[in-house]
Amino acid sequence: MNIIVCIKQVPDTTNVRIDPETNTLVRAGVQSIVNPFDMYAIEEGIRLKEKFGGSVTVLTMGPPQAEEALREAISLGADEAVLVSDRAFAGSDTWATSYTLSKTIQKIGKFDIILCGKQAIDGDTAQVGPGIAAFLDLPQITFVKKIEDVKGPLVRAERMTEEGYDIVESPLPCVITVVKEINEPRLPSLKGKMRAKKIEIRKLEAKDLDADPDSLGLKGSPTKVVKIFTPPPRKGGQILEGEAKDICGKLVELLKGEIC
Amino acid sequence: MDYLLTEEQIMVRDIARQIAQEKIKPVAAKYDAEGIFPWDIVKIMAASDLCGIYIEEKYGGTGGGAMELVLATEELSRACGGISLAFAATALGTFPIILFGTDEQKKKYLPDIAKGKKLAAFGLTEAGAGSDAGAIATTAEKKGDHYILNGTKQWITNGGEAEVYTVVASTDRSRGARGAAAFIVEKGTKGFEFGKKEDKMGIRASATRELVFTDCKIPKENILGKEGMGFIVAMKTFDQSRPGVAAQAVGIAQGALDLTVAYMKERKQFGKSIASFQGLQFMLADMATQIEASRALIYACARMIDSGNSKVGKDSAMAKLFASDMAMKVTTDCVQLFGGYGYMRDYPIEKYMRDAKITQIYEGTNQIQRGIIANHLIKESL
Repeated sequence: MNIIVCIKQVPDTTNVRIDPETNTLVRAGVQSIVNPFDMYAIEEGIRLKEKFGGSVTVLTMGPPQAEEALREAISLGADEAVLVSDRAFAGSDTWATSYTLSKTIQKIGKFDIILCGKQAIDGDTAQVGPGIAAFLDLPQITFVKKIEDVKGPLVRAERMTEEGYDIVESPLPCVITVVKEINEPRLPSLKGKMRAKKIEIRKLEAKDLDADPDSLGLKGSPTKVVKIFTPPPRKGGQILEGEAKDICGKLVELLKGEIC
Repeated sequence: MDYLLTEEQIMVRDIARQIAQEKIKPVAAKYDAEGIFPWDIVKIMAASDLCGIYIEEKYGGTGGGAMELVLATEELSRACGGISLAFAATALGTFPIILFGTDEQKKKYLPDIAKGKKLAAFGLTEAGAGSDAGAIATTAEKKGDHYILNGTKQWITNGGEAEVYTVVASTDRSRGARGAAAFIVEKGTKGFEFGKKEDKMGIRASATRELVFTDCKIPKENILGKEGMGFIVAMKTFDQSRPGVAAQAVGIAQGALDLTVAYMKERKQFGKSIASFQGLQFMLADMATQIEASRALIYACARMIDSGNSKVGKDSAMAKLFASDMAMKVTTDCVQLFGGYGYMRDYPIEKYMRDAKITQIYEGTNQIQRGIIANHLIKESL
């Protein structure tokens, strides 16, 4: 089974500063980590490989230093790593990112499952996994908390919902995004770290992809960020105390005031 | 301080640190309270290739040595001085095989230890033979192709949990220390049972048990070296392993200091954090300096061992003596700096003081270490 795991390097906190001029995250001075949800995707990929054989390729789109994230995935047990990096990708929104990744995946070739974390902790959109599935015209199962079985051309997974979970069966190849309930990521091994140090990372640029230049980077991004802000903390509610029959009337009056 | 570690040594340290901080630290109090053996942590160490860092590549390890061993032991002990022993005591039990084993013995036992599939233990101490190791009463009688072991070993770390035991027994009691030999005994051998599990003051996650031999028959190929070499095997093993105990002590002291500095920044008295009081700052500075001095001594000693220098007896005794006395002093001062809270079991600091104490006692009491150092000095002056 060939597995591709898409990962993202993110700043090591959800409370980074936002540049008021550009409305983008200020990344300087913040340590970078592999997006925590992607760590579960990497772990699941390695477990699938251990169970069914095959190989795990980790893929990231990002600046050259995103190579560190790929090396971390190798130290955990991934086999190959691909970095797709180009100035032309700068300013990509989730649409352009999904497009670029899907084009890169076509370049990588044969695969059975594409795994992604459910979302990245910096943008929190949860759109890139489904976006890749859309561009590649593949079935997708999102928010997966358990891959039950892979049999022949079918995968069976438990998909988390607010009330419980759905059991979804999908033909392969498909895209699966995972939640943190799916596993407990392992720690790197010494041999894995040594391998990660030495491994040659496959590097692709825009010209290596069979991609429409107008669909890349800022040009290919329909999203315009107008303003980013931290929502103000919710004000505390009002608690009415007393017997139900005494306060009912007051509640109704208050609600009327809110609605009208 | 920059100790100019190799890239591989930095990887070893980082992996051990990650295991310690992410996996051991959250469960250290639980293991201390319950006194159960940390098999789930051992599995994590095994999966991270930590168990083979001092074993040659051709026997399944990653080819490091004493330096890798002390780096890992220190980091693990920083989170829990008891849990780290599952790892460090295995090294102690494995050194006799590394130092004196034949190629067959190494091929048979080292790969499983390197993979973390099996733990090891070293059995020397007896009820009547502690510091006086020459007084051992466990006997090994040669009969045909076998040795028959009889006797009881006491306070054996990893006892009951380990699969591979290196045991010192006497083949000729009339010759005292010169009549001893070391043997490999596998768990499950008929006539080899485990006695009571000790209830200890500290290092409570570590298993400490008796090894009881009753007409225990082992193949003669299981002897390490030759008859009469048992005492040499034990002494050479300790020369290699003492930096490990010293590293455990430094790890415990460092872990205690980490907690203390953090606490002192939080704790307010007289309207300011207690870290702002100069008298207490001086205590912190002294502790940090003592820890660093111990670390430098240990690393120098480990590098000496890895260079192949076999005359490390005095230096490894110095490292063990200095680091363990330091750890006892530092952890006692850390409890002091926590004040009344430090004395309470709800706070993690008193455990460090309990764990530190054993490092002054085992693998040769610090009085024995001083004896070793003095003997070397007197011999060298001739």
